[in-house]
Amino acid sequence: MRATTADREQSATYTYLICVAAWAIPGLGHLLMRRFQKGLTFLITLPLMFIFGLWLEGRLFPIEITQPLVALAAFADMGIGLPFFLARAMHAGGGRVVALTYEYGNAFLIVAGLMNMLVVLDVFDVAQGRK
Amino acid sequence: MSHASHLGLMMIFALFVSIVFGTLMRDDPKEQLYFGGQLFVAFVVGGIALGWILYFFPL
Repeated sequence: MRATTADREQSATYTYLICVAAWAIPGLGHLLMRRFQKGLTFLITLPLMFIFGLWLEGRLFPIEITQPLVALAAFADMGIGLPFFLARAMHAGGGRVVALTYEYGNAFLIVAGLMNMLVVLDVFDVAQGRK
Repeated sequence: MSHASHLGLMMIFALFVSIVFGTLMRDDPKEQLYFGGQLFVAFVVGGIALGWILYFFPL
């Protein structure tokens, strides 16, 4: 009985680690689960979409609790994982409000993050054996 | 970016979203391609249709 509980705990830990990896590097979760085609597609598409958003002069929103919509946008931006923090470290994503493509850039950045969250949920389902 | 086309950007956005959703929602590569293609067409046609609706009935 103890072994079963330990196995379950180990399995749960493994699942959560895979999910963290899937969040940090888009596509890594699927690659670790040996779903190479899906993993490679996400690994290329999602960071490319994020970079495209930066190129379109979109903004990486700061977490401002006083402005709930800005905080939600920041949460969505962070969904992409490490690329968000790398971009921040490189002082990218300042956003230029007067740029023609500013809103497009925001849409690309936010949607890339949200889609990576969906990818993480898919990885969770695969790790749980539901898919 | 001064020469950016709204339609072009919308199509690139639709392409990215279609690729991710097609890959996420289907397992077989052929089905992924078919579903992704359907999504892409729906996004573009829907976007253009919505644009014309808003042209005649602006908010």
